[in-house]
Amino acid sequence: MLIRDLGGEVVTLGAGLLRAAPFIIGYVVLILLFALVWRLVKRVLTPKHDFTSLKTVTFGDESTVVSNTVASVISVVAIFLLWASFTGSALVPSFLHAPGPFMGQGSFTYTMETADGQRDDARVDVIVFGKDGVVPPSEVSPGDGIAKDDAMSLQAYRSKLLTWDENDEVKRADGARIVAIDGKPVNAGGEVATAIGRVAVTDKGTLNIVPAQGMQMEDIWLPAPEAVWHRLVTIWRDGYQNVTLAEHLSYSLFRVIVGFLLGAIVGIPLGYAMGLSDWFRGWFDPIVEFMRPVPPLALIPLVIIWAGIGEQGKIILLFLAALWIMAIAARSGVSGVRISKVHAAYSLGASKVQILWHVIIPNSLPEIFTGARVAMGVCWGTVVAAELVAAEKGIGKMIVAAAKFQSTDIVIMGIILIGVIGFGIDMLMRWAERALVPWKGKG
Amino acid sequence: MSGLAIENISMRFDLPGGGSVQALKDVSLHLAEGELLSVLGPSGCGKTTLLNIVAGFLAPTEGRIVLNGHTVKGPAAERGMVFQQGALFEWMNVRENVGFGPSMKGMAAAEKKKIVDHLLDVVGLKDFKEKAVYELSGGMQQRVALARCLANDPDVILMDEPLGALDALTREKMQGLVLKLWKETGKTIILITHSVEEALLLGERLLVMAPRPGRIHREYRLPFAELGVGRDLREVKKHPDFARTREEILGMIWDMEEEIMGQPGAGE
Repeated sequence: MLIRDLGGEVVTLGAGLLRAAPFIIGYVVLILLFALVWRLVKRVLTPKHDFTSLKTVTFGDESTVVSNTVASVISVVAIFLLWASFTGSALVPSFLHAPGPFMGQGSFTYTMETADGQRDDARVDVIVFGKDGVVPPSEVSPGDGIAKDDAMSLQAYRSKLLTWDENDEVKRADGARIVAIDGKPVNAGGEVATAIGRVAVTDKGTLNIVPAQGMQMEDIWLPAPEAVWHRLVTIWRDGYQNVTLAEHLSYSLFRVIVGFLLGAIVGIPLGYAMGLSDWFRGWFDPIVEFMRPVPPLALIPLVIIWAGIGEQGKIILLFLAALWIMAIAARSGVSGVRISKVHAAYSLGASKVQILWHVIIPNSLPEIFTGARVAMGVCWGTVVAAELVAAEKGIGKMIVAAAKFQSTDIVIMGIILIGVIGFGIDMLMRWAERALVPWKGKG
Repeated sequence: MSGLAIENISMRFDLPGGGSVQALKDVSLHLAEGELLSVLGPSGCGKTTLLNIVAGFLAPTEGRIVLNGHTVKGPAAERGMVFQQGALFEWMNVRENVGFGPSMKGMAAAEKKKIVDHLLDVVGLKDFKEKAVYELSGGMQQRVALARCLANDPDVILMDEPLGALDALTREKMQGLVLKLWKETGKTIILITHSVEEALLLGERLLVMAPRPGRIHREYRLPFAELGVGRDLREVKKHPDFARTREEILGMIWDMEEEIMGQPGAGE
């Protein structure tokens, strides 16, 4: 039973992947295309003449593979271009847009047949309007014959049923039915592609008009980049749900920083104790080794039960997220000290306290910084998740509230902000690491 | 009694899997103040263990180390140590590394500076005071290590293959420096090395140790260290006794290695 269910999931996933395959392949082709173009461009430019350019073995030589800045720039630009193109953004010229939904006026004809075999054609005028405003159906004269012309209007990306027989002389109840659309024969349950999109005949004999949707994303799935930017500006100015964006962000950052600092203040001495004393190592090893693989997110329910959804609970959660990472980093920083350094310090007359202060602590700083970077990353991820579950304020709270109102632009804006801030934190930690522990990896 | 006495040192410890190892057996030796002893032997002969016992990092199971009349109980500033590599503190620059011992003693800054400046001058690094140690070449790092050890003015200097990781040319230069420092400071030095030539060049006395159990196999008194002070060491190597003694010791060590390899179940 379980196997069958899981197997079904795999099949569904596979089908989804198969549908996505052309797009993935297209993206890869795009990458290769740009690579080719860049190779040609490079040939035209003055060739580089550094040492690496003289190496003949590059495939497999790790040192020759440095991140290509041009590729990075094109990659980021391409993401924005694709985003703009598939959302019909005003930022890019319309020839770069993916095919959009059918908009404006169009028509098709249907052929109806009465029970006694009489046939007549009628025209249906369709107006597809955008999200900016409802456009009423155009007025049409009914025309002659037993089937009268119809008119309808609907919004792009929607579909609409047409009871075509309402104005006709013979109704469906009398046995009238549609036998062809735009001259192509069709039966109940079938459909025909027309200039405006798909027109299907339902089982009950009415028409279902589905205008072509094109390949662009509807706002509710993915808003255009400028819409997201516009949202950022307005929310920065006016706030969201009576809370300013700065306040949302400050709350999240405050939790991360306080939680991380508490975790470091407790975790680093704990790690030192574990690295310096067999008793402490033995005492805390089971606890640390058990808690380390427990994802902090799994603690959210318990923390909410214990401490509620206020600041306290979140800070406890982040404290726990940072604690084990910092303890393990400090422990391995201490254990990583070369015994010859400690021996040297002892034979230079240093006391235990002096060795701790002048040898063990500085020697462990690079490891601690690495741990701090990881811990900050984990804390940032955890705070957003915790806010998704329960919070009053915070960037995670903002996006989950926006999601409930299907304000996809706010959700995307929030995700981008979370990414940018996470990246910024990491950069800051790296910079601090370079400035404070320049001896990292040089021992 | 002045000088360093190694009195009936034995070292035996249990292995985790059962059984035990006799790393050293009944090693006795007396070094007068200012003597330079080099120690040679095949790997596993316990020479590093002996040095660690003298340094106070290991306690012998029998016997004791007596330095200038008192028994050694642990590491102390009176017995400085120079390691093969990687014992410098890379979070300190050259000056701070050399001044580490005096700093630990709480020496006044001016006095410390005098000592550090002098020693960096002696080892030829006066232009590198503010450099990070990881920016220096291997040979320069060992110069810093020597200066750092001397800054503490120890009674005995213990060297555990201090030149082992250096290239041949740097090594020759450093051998000259070790001799010069020995003569100028008059320190008692124990130097462990793998190189027979180095042991001959630097050792006023030379100890050849044998493995299983680690013990003194033979002791030499050599003239080469005295000859080499302030002279081109390549000249010393041309001394007829030099080549003869080298061959003799090489043969000795070779035989010991053969013996180990020949034992069933032994080998590396």
